[in-house]
Amino acid sequence: MSDTPVSRLANRAAAATPQPLARRVRGLSDRAIAWIFIAPTIVLLLAINIFPLIWTIRLSFTNYRANRPNEVVKNVGIDNYTRILGDEDIWLAMQATAHFVFWTIVLQTIIGFALAWAIDRKFRGHALWTTIILIPMMLSPAVVGNFWRFLYQPQIGLFNTIVSFFTGADPSSFEMLGTVELAPWAIVIVDTWMWTPYVMLICLAGLRSIPDYIYEAAEVDRASPWRQFWTITVPMAAPFIMLAVLFRGIENFKMFDMVNLLTGGGPGSTTEVASITLKREAFEKWRTGFSSAFAIILFVAVFGLANIYVKALNRVKSR
Amino acid sequence: MKALGLSAVAVVAGLAAFAQTGEAKAAGELTLCWAAWDPANALVELSKDFEKQSGTTMKFEFVPWPNFADRMLNELNSGGKLCDLLIGDSQWLGGSAENGYYVKLNEFFDKEGIKMSDFAPATVYAYSTWPKGSENYWALPAMGDANAWVYRKDWFSRPELQAEFKEKTGRDLAPPKTWEELKQTAEFFQGRDIDGKKVYGAAIFTERASEGITMGATSALYSYGFKYENTAGKYDMQGAVNSPDAVKGLEMYKALYKCCTPPGYTDSYMGEGLDAFKSGQVAMMMNWFAFWPGMYKDENVGGEKIGFFVNPSQVVAASTLGGQGISVVANTDNMDGALAYIKWFAQPDVQKKWWQLGGYSCHTAVLNDPSFKESQPFAADFLVAMGQVQDFWQEPAYASLLQAMQKRLHDYVVADQGTAQEALDKLIEDWTEVFQDEGKL
Repeated sequence: MSDTPVSRLANRAAAATPQPLARRVRGLSDRAIAWIFIAPTIVLLLAINIFPLIWTIRLSFTNYRANRPNEVVKNVGIDNYTRILGDEDIWLAMQATAHFVFWTIVLQTIIGFALAWAIDRKFRGHALWTTIILIPMMLSPAVVGNFWRFLYQPQIGLFNTIVSFFTGADPSSFEMLGTVELAPWAIVIVDTWMWTPYVMLICLAGLRSIPDYIYEAAEVDRASPWRQFWTITVPMAAPFIMLAVLFRGIENFKMFDMVNLLTGGGPGSTTEVASITLKREAFEKWRTGFSSAFAIILFVAVFGLANIYVKALNRVKSR
Repeated sequence: MKALGLSAVAVVAGLAAFAQTGEAKAAGELTLCWAAWDPANALVELSKDFEKQSGTTMKFEFVPWPNFADRMLNELNSGGKLCDLLIGDSQWLGGSAENGYYVKLNEFFDKEGIKMSDFAPATVYAYSTWPKGSENYWALPAMGDANAWVYRKDWFSRPELQAEFKEKTGRDLAPPKTWEELKQTAEFFQGRDIDGKKVYGAAIFTERASEGITMGATSALYSYGFKYENTAGKYDMQGAVNSPDAVKGLEMYKALYKCCTPPGYTDSYMGEGLDAFKSGQVAMMMNWFAFWPGMYKDENVGGEKIGFFVNPSQVVAASTLGGQGISVVANTDNMDGALAYIKWFAQPDVQKKWWQLGGYSCHTAVLNDPSFKESQPFAADFLVAMGQVQDFWQEPAYASLLQAMQKRLHDYVVADQGTAQEALDKLIEDWTEVFQDEGKL
C-alpha cells in the first residue's frame, strides 16, 4: 500500500476499529458493505414513498372512505377514474391550475431573467439589491398568504390604495380576492412576487457560468450587444432557465398553501386549483378511493410532463 | 456492534416512552374538546365546580371554528385519544353514531335518572338523536344556539334617520320582520355617513371553506320555505330543494349580499362579522346567539347601543340551527369520569349557572323559569328561535353534502355564476350522487 495521506488515514481508522468489529467487516465484500450503507435509505424510501404510492394505487380502485372504518370496502374497478375524467368540476379545477401555472411561469421567467441580467451587470450596490430581492422567497407561504390578504383588503389594503393612487379609482371599488375576474390574477401576482427571486437566482448562476472570453471574441467580431444577447447569453443560459421553469412548474402544479390562505379556492370555485379540490375530496368529503384516483392522475400528469421536459432539457444542454 | 445495538434499543425505548407520556393521561383527568369561542370560556369557569366536587382535573382543547370540524373529525376518524368528551356539531351525529365514535347514552341516562323530557324537544331532536327522532341518544343537549341578528339600536333610534326612513319606505325604522324589510333596512344604511364614518347595511355569512355560506343562506332559504325533502326520510329532493320559494330565498340572499355588505366581504363568517359590527361598520349583523352575551358586554358597541332580533320570516318563521350536544368519545380511557361529567352537567342547578355564565342551557328548568325571558335582553328571542329551528342534513355523509352546498351557493352568490334555479338544480344533482353512493337512492 502506498504511503499517501488517504492510506495513512485509512490505516489510522483501521487501527482505531475494535478488533471484533474489524474482523467481521474484513470478511464482507465491497458490494455487501455498499448495501449496508444504502439499505437504511432504501428502507426509508420504500416505507415513506413507494409503499404509500402502491397503497394509493390500490385504494384508487375501491370505494374506501377513511372516516368509515367499519364499512365493507368494495372494488369499483376503474369507476373512480372514469368519474374524475368525466367530472366537469374537476376539469374546471384543472383549468384554474393551468392558468395559474402558465402565467406564473411566464411572468417569473421574464422578470427573473431580467433581474438576473441586471444584477449580473455588477452595478454599484448590486449585492444589497440581490439581498433585498431575495427576501420574499425566504418567507413562509403561510405568512405571505396572510399578509397579502391584508394588502388586498379593499378598504385598508395597501395594494388597492396604490392602484387607486395611480388610477384615481376608489380603493374599495374593486376586490382582488373577491371577484371572479381578478382573483385568478391576484394569486398569480402573489406567487410571482414570492418566487421570481428563485428564478432570478438560477438564471444568475447561468449567466455567471458563461465565460467572458466568448463575449470578448464576439466583441472582436464586432457583434452588437443585442446580437451577443441573443446568440450567446440566451442560448448559454437556456438550460438554467429551463431548469427554473421545471422547478416552478412542478411546484405550482401542486400549489396549495398560499392559494388556500389567500382565496380558499374562491370566489365560488374560481381559484380552486387541483390540490385544493384534492384536499376537499380527501379530507373534507372523505372520499378516499376517489381522491386516491385523482392523486394518481395528477401524479402521472406531473411525472409524464416532467419527463418529456427533462428530455428536452437534455437536448438543449447537449447542443 | 453490541454497544451499537444497545444504543439503538435505548433510543427506540426512549422514543416509545416519550410517545407514551404524550398520550397517557392521569386517571383523574378529563379532556373536553370544543370550539374556541365565548361559551367555551364560560364552560371552563363552570367546570371548576366539577373539579372541586369530583377531584378530577379538567383539561380543554378548544379549536378555532374554521378548523374545528376538520380537526375533530380527523381526531375521531383516526381513533385518537385526545378527547374524552366532545361538544360536537349536530351534523356529526349520524356519522359518529354509525361509526361507533360516540357512546350511546340510553342505558346511562336510565340508570342515572337523566330524562330527555327535561330538555327542550327541539334540542333533544337536533343534538341527541340518531336516527333522527328516534329514542337513541348519543349526546346530552349542551349548548342551544340558532342564527339571529343584532342591530345598532342607537342608530335606529335617531330621529333624523327615522324620519328619512319613514319617508322613503312608509314604515318605522325598526328591527325587520321579513327578509324584504331586512333588505330595505340594509339598503337604507348602505354607504350612509354616520358620525363622519361610512357605514354599511349588514354583515352576513359568505365563507367558502367550512360551513359559513350554507349557515347564512339557509337562514333566508328556510324562511322562504326551502325543504330538504318532500317526505322525511325519502330523499325526494326535487321540488323541495329547488322549489320556487327556495329559489326566491336564494335570490334574496344574493341580493342582500350584493346591495348591502361591506367591501371585501366575500369570505366572511362569525369572526369577520363580529369585527365589522364591533368596529361600527355595519348597522346589522347575522351571527349566532352564542355571541350575544359577549356582544352585550362590549364596551364600544354593547349595552343599550344594540338590540337583537330573531331571523326574519317570509313565508314561514324559521331559524338556522346552531348549537351542540355533549358526547362521550367511545375511545376514552376514562369512561367513568366522562360519564360523571355528563351526570353532573345535566343537573338543573348546574344548568342554571351555565346560563348565568353565558352558556345557552337547553334544560326546561332554565327555559321554563318565569324569569328567563327577562334574564337577558336576548333571552326571549332565544326561546322564539329555538321553537322554529331547522337543521342541515345530519346524515353520515353530511360532510360531502355540506361541501356540495358550499360550492353551489358560493358559485351563485359570490362568484355570480348562473342563476339561483341552476344552483339549486345542481345541488340536487350533487346530493343525489352522494345518496346514491350511500346506497340510499
